[in-house]
Amino acid sequence: MSVTRRGLLTAVPIIGAGVLGVGFWRMLSDMRSGAFDPRAIKNPNVGKPIPSFAMPGLPGLGDGFTDAELKAQHRPVLVNFFASWCIPCVAEMPGLRAISRNMPIWGIAYEDKPENASAFIQRDGSPYARVASDRHGRVAIDWGVTGVPESFLVAPGGRIIWHGSAALDPQIYEAEIRPRLAGL
Amino acid sequence: MFGPEQGHFALALACVLALVQFAVPLWGANRRDARLVGLAPYLAVSQLLALGYSFLCLVMCAVSDDFSVQNVAANSAVSKPLLYKITGVWGNHEGSVLLWTLILAVCGGAVSLFGRNLPDILRGRVLAILGGVSAGFQMFCLLTSDPFERVFPAPMDGQGMNPLLQDPGLAFHPPILYTGYVGFAVPFAFAVAALIEGRVDAAWGRWVRPWAVAAWCFLTCGIALGSWWSYYVLGWGGYWFWDPVENASLIPWLTGTALVHSAIVVEKREGLKIWTVLLAIATFSFSLSGTFLVRSGILNSVHAFANDPARGVFILALLAIVIGGSLALFAWRAPSLTSTGLFSPVSREGSLVLNNILLCSICAVVVTGTMYPPFMQLLAGRTISVGKPFFDAATIPLTLPLLLAMGVGTALPWKRAQLARTFSHLYVAAGIAAIGLALCFWKLSGILPIACGALAIWVIAASVSDVLRRIGIGHTSAQGVWERMKNLPRSSWGAALAHIGAGITILGLCGMSQAKHAIVEVHIGETRSLAGDDWTLLDVHDYIGPNYKAMQADIAIRHNGKLVTILHPEKRDFTTQSQTTTEVAIHTNFITDLYGVVGDRHGTGKDATYVLRLHRNPLAPWMWLGGLVMAIGGAFSLSDRRMRIGAPKRAAARNMARA
Repeated sequence: MSVTRRGLLTAVPIIGAGVLGVGFWRMLSDMRSGAFDPRAIKNPNVGKPIPSFAMPGLPGLGDGFTDAELKAQHRPVLVNFFASWCIPCVAEMPGLRAISRNMPIWGIAYEDKPENASAFIQRDGSPYARVASDRHGRVAIDWGVTGVPESFLVAPGGRIIWHGSAALDPQIYEAEIRPRLAGL
Repeated sequence: MFGPEQGHFALALACVLALVQFAVPLWGANRRDARLVGLAPYLAVSQLLALGYSFLCLVMCAVSDDFSVQNVAANSAVSKPLLYKITGVWGNHEGSVLLWTLILAVCGGAVSLFGRNLPDILRGRVLAILGGVSAGFQMFCLLTSDPFERVFPAPMDGQGMNPLLQDPGLAFHPPILYTGYVGFAVPFAFAVAALIEGRVDAAWGRWVRPWAVAAWCFLTCGIALGSWWSYYVLGWGGYWFWDPVENASLIPWLTGTALVHSAIVVEKREGLKIWTVLLAIATFSFSLSGTFLVRSGILNSVHAFANDPARGVFILALLAIVIGGSLALFAWRAPSLTSTGLFSPVSREGSLVLNNILLCSICAVVVTGTMYPPFMQLLAGRTISVGKPFFDAATIPLTLPLLLAMGVGTALPWKRAQLARTFSHLYVAAGIAAIGLALCFWKLSGILPIACGALAIWVIAASVSDVLRRIGIGHTSAQGVWERMKNLPRSSWGAALAHIGAGITILGLCGMSQAKHAIVEVHIGETRSLAGDDWTLLDVHDYIGPNYKAMQADIAIRHNGKLVTILHPEKRDFTTQSQTTTEVAIHTNFITDLYGVVGDRHGTGKDATYVLRLHRNPLAPWMWLGGLVMAIGGAFSLSDRRMRIGAPKRAAARNMARA
């Protein structure tokens, strides 16, 4: 069959509409299952080593930590950026405490007054194994943080293997983090 | 009398009437039963009445603060001004869907009333298709987004409305834009009816064109109004962000513009028939898809509706039926439409073909840019954003030949043109464009703005000189000119005006490409200069508004020491919604906008500094003014005797009498 102008005029719109339709349908069904999120924030540092940093601690919560200390860990660590002024971070705390029973969480207070951050995490019991203060948000920029709360799963040796830009809870831990721990 | 339950019932009744309006005339047309076909206009008008009643009920619920209605409770409040209680009805998803179906019903009513001179079978089929689409959207409204849903217990006060939306420009932007979107349902229905009938002729082109032009005028105004709103309300100094939602309105505008032009060829030369039918289907399909994309949440946009994938599935199914069905019908029936007449490349119809190719290419670029990010994310899992650099780089080079052809096209005669003769009509315009080019070199920087600016002047000059030539300026007496002016068809005036409007808009865009802005932090009394003007912050004072606290700045602008104006931009804190808005202050002399925004205050007392954003926007008002001129051109063309729907039948009657 030869390609005619009329054939093209008929075929191109139908194929175009078909492709768009199937694509939209896939997006919608993936949106409902959570696999497709048009507002998702992709972090370019996933799969790469952690950036270098050295941060002071918070009052009454020990010293801060450095990238070398994080790299020297023998277990995977969940790094969580938070702030006392951030409402989702307040909501996230019980979930973090539940997760902290399974794995260590290291907290980084983002653009927060040290005394406020310290009071905030001690109010109902700290989920963090270690805490550091990123007073001016410089470290967060290197990590590619777009807002708080954001969390990173760091493998032994200091490679980032997962990034989440929502408040964590045990469901996300079971669905996203635990399967990744098994592979380490 | 006008309660929510009555409104809900009227909506359901309208849906049933729409289904009958879909089924009965189609069946009647198939059986050649004139009585069944003749029911169509009555059904369309009763559907319109039922839906109008339903809409009135929703407005009354909002006006009377009936917070037992979920939609009113979520979007209104006792303290909201009356105007925004009314316009707020369509400021949310449910109400806007109801407005959408109401406008569709108004289109059906208009075809019933103004289409009395159409052949009965054609009118019956057109109304049936409109009824089918109406029924689908009313079911969507009833099943997934019921505007009359009740809450118990009813709250004492509503949650109020986003203060950004409390603006007269935005209040009337949705109805006008929707009228544009939905108006293209009529050409769509004409196309589908023609496919069922298997006949497209010059008369069909003449019938379909006024509807396309009317929808096009509204869409043009709607887009311009939305752009203007974002310019003076959002306070970013921008006017078009290539945001997916904006693109969703631009895409049908591009294909609709192509349709308005290709329908002329159907009317005059009985050519481009299949293409015009396809454009009519495509334009409405793009309108529908735009609605779908905005409401499904697939596209990441600044225009957030309450997104719900379940609604997305329903609309997608509806789209599959409407678009898939019409395209399948097209594939089946299009071969029966035969084209007559040969085209010479240098002729009016040749230039209209070029116009269609270029407009559709621009449309393809915009569709690609808009759909690339979600498809990339779906297929490759990567997030990408496509923005201004892509759209500018890809659309402007396609716009340049379009502008060039716009000037030449109207000067070309039908069938076969002699190039030399045509150019002899255009050399004055070409001379003015050459002066314009020099002016652009002097005033503008950047090769694309210069080229666009010169070509826009060319379009305006060619359109004006074309009208002058037709009315015989320079070679006829004043009396003769007056006679010719009266006899020149209004559609020629309309075309010239619309082309001039497009030129004005392009000039505005070129001017805005040279906009200058500065973000400064100053103490009271300090002066900063921007592009030759000195901006001085005179004073800042606080005051309490009806439902907000405001900080108002007084900024004096001097040019060479002479006071130009004092701007009073404001920053308002709406306490109930805990939202801040900026009230932009704009001084315009229709050549340049001086645009000031006041931001944060740092420090207190004498040391306080204020962040100001200062913009100097050359030719900014021209962008929207051009849109208005385009729409007025369209309206002029609509008032043409030939475009009035009665004309063809009179002509037919005359032919019969002659025979």
